[in-house]
Amino acid sequence: MLEIILTDSPLNSQHCTDFVANDASGGIAIFVGTVRNATKDKPVLRLEFEAYEPMALAEMQKIAEQALTLFSVQKIALHHRTGILQIGEAAVIIAVSAPHRAAAFDACRYCIDKLKETVPIWKKEIFEDGEVWVAAHP
Amino acid sequence: MKINLLSFGVAKDIIGHRFMDWELPEGATVADLRTQLIERFPRLEALASVRMAVNSEYAHEEHLLEANDEVALIPPVSGG
Repeated sequence: MLEIILTDSPLNSQHCTDFVANDASGGIAIFVGTVRNATKDKPVLRLEFEAYEPMALAEMQKIAEQALTLFSVQKIALHHRTGILQIGEAAVIIAVSAPHRAAAFDACRYCIDKLKETVPIWKKEIFEDGEVWVAAHP
Repeated sequence: MKINLLSFGVAKDIIGHRFMDWELPEGATVADLRTQLIERFPRLEALASVRMAVNSEYAHEEHLLEANDEVALIPPVSGG
C-alpha cells in the first residue's frame, strides 16, 4: 500500500507511478518537487538536504497512513532525497492512485503540505556568496 | 543523568556538533533542557522555533526525560 523512501540517490518518478498503479485505479496523481534556480531573484547554485533519518521515515509513514484513512485512495509512494541536489533535480516525489481523480489530487496535496510541516528534513540553499538554511515556517 | 543530544540544520551550526552528551538532573523536562541549552547557546533563543523530539517523536515541553533518551533539536523543517 505504501512505499516510503529516503535516499541520497536520484529519485525516479516512473518507479513511483509503477508502484501505485493497479487495475482498480482510475487515476494517478503525482507531485514532483524540484530544485529551483533562484530564491527571491537570487541565483541558487545547488541545495543540500539533511534529514533526521529514522524520525523522517517515521513521520513520512504517519502522513501516508493518515492520507489512506482520510481519502479514498489505494496506494501511495512517498520518496525524498537527501544530500546535494543540482538545479532541476527532484527533491521529493509523491504518487497516489485512487479509483477517482479528486481523491488522488487531494491526498497528494495533503501529503506534500504535511511533509513540509512535520518531517524533519532541512534544506540549505547554496549561493555564490554563502549559504542559508531555509526556514519554511519561521 | 545523561541524555544524547542530536542537532540538525541551523541548530547544529549553533551548537557545533551533531551528537553531544548532556547532563540533566533526574526529573528534568524538555522545558528544563531548553532553558539549559539557551543559557549555554544564547543564539538558539533567536530562532523562530525549535521543536524537540524525544526518541524520534515530537515531545511537549512538560515531557519527562529519562536517562539515555535521544533528544533531537528540530529547527523549522524545510523538506519538499
